[in-house]
Amino acid sequence: MNQTGIGTIGDFARRVVPGVTTMLLVFLSHLHLPLPFYADISPALPLMAVYYWVVFRPDLMPRILVFAIGLFQDALIGAPFGLSAMIYLLTHAFVLSQRQFLVGKPFWIFWSGFAIVAPVAGALTWIIASVVRGAFLPSDIVLASIGLTVVVFPVVAWCLLYSQRWLVGEAEPS
Amino acid sequence: MAKRNASMSVAGLAVPVRIWAQRFAFLALLAFAFALMLLSKAETGALQNARIVIVDSVAPILSVMSRPVEAGQEVSSSVKTYFLVHAENDRLRQENERLIRWMQTARQLEVENATLRAQLEYVPELSPRAVTARVIADTGGGFFHSLLINAGARHFVQRGQAVVSRAGVVGRIAEVGDRSARVLLLTDLNSRIPAIVESTGDRVIVTGNNTRWPGVTYLASNSPVSVGDRVVTSGHGGVFPPGLPIGTVSEASETRTVLQPVVDIARLSEARILDYGVEGILPPPEKVPAVEKTAPQAGPAK
Repeated sequence: MNQTGIGTIGDFARRVVPGVTTMLLVFLSHLHLPLPFYADISPALPLMAVYYWVVFRPDLMPRILVFAIGLFQDALIGAPFGLSAMIYLLTHAFVLSQRQFLVGKPFWIFWSGFAIVAPVAGALTWIIASVVRGAFLPSDIVLASIGLTVVVFPVVAWCLLYSQRWLVGEAEPS
Repeated sequence: MAKRNASMSVAGLAVPVRIWAQRFAFLALLAFAFALMLLSKAETGALQNARIVIVDSVAPILSVMSRPVEAGQEVSSSVKTYFLVHAENDRLRQENERLIRWMQTARQLEVENATLRAQLEYVPELSPRAVTARVIADTGGGFFHSLLINAGARHFVQRGQAVVSRAGVVGRIAEVGDRSARVLLLTDLNSRIPAIVESTGDRVIVTGNNTRWPGVTYLASNSPVSVGDRVVTSGHGGVFPPGLPIGTVSEASETRTVLQPVVDIARLSEARILDYGVEGILPPPEKVPAVEKTAPQAGPAK
């Protein structure tokens, strides 16, 4: 009975790892770091987590969770509710549709996939934010942020890979 | 046989129905996100309150997570100080000599001022009440320039109050939760600060543009403003006291004038919230407390 209880708790803990790591990256991406220009060009860490988990454990990163994390991020950064939620939803749908081309491939293909997703997500965010704010926002900052997001991705992916190996495990073959 | 055919047709239908339901859920969530964006744009009270509640509930987490960053900053500052101690000592010695000369001038001016004020029966300006708070998050990236601080309504912080650092203007309070508040930085697209160019006396508006260098608007085209001129708050609008440094002119041409802010936002770990007891340029929040609270003279936020 006890073993079943512990097993259930362990199973629950495993299931929440993708959501928790993504939330953690939302917090980390908005820490006030004493680096010049970092706040402007900070990498989109939660986008990396969404991409990673949708490729490797889509069962643990459903679209409703992605949507909720997006709403939470919007509340935190002072953006209109729905902006990040919409971007993450579109990312989720696109990555899920291309998942079969990414699973089991070498890392550089996985990284290349993200190098396509990140600029599209960044550009969409820039367009929507510009429309919402009624002015063209500086595009050079967005380009720098996208570049940094793509460059930093392997480090975050490595951390997520280890969290998956230790805590979550592989997905059931579908 | 007929039963088998029926069950096969049901199984055959289940997959398309599931796909259709998934697509519908995706489109419904997308439409919901879009609707929320439109409602946010209209600044409805319910959504603003939801945002305040969410930020307030995670403020302690952000506060804890920002501690190691602050500790790292202190260590790096200590190491830098250790290696530069001799150069710093020389600089401080020279600065001290200069400041002693200024102190003597200031004392003479103080006496002169007091005499003149007594002669004119001058009514002194109210000194502001102030609360000091830690910066716990830098939010928005390139799209929304704001900071979160760990002081809110329970520390008598109110919407519209001025936020400053030792160097000068940081921004103003845009949202207030119980224990946290959002500071709209002077660089944000929505920021407008009435100011004055110190050397020429021109009244201008410092306008945020979502870059680190805010612009100066309503400057007369024939104004002799040049690079290096200081721009300070004019005190109009009732949010900022007059004379607070905002920045120095870093670019001055016929088409545009740009400032280099005096406050380095990246290195800002603490900020002071000033309260002059006036409403300021922002409309009062929807939930005005029934009983007016009295703020302490000054005190650190916990």
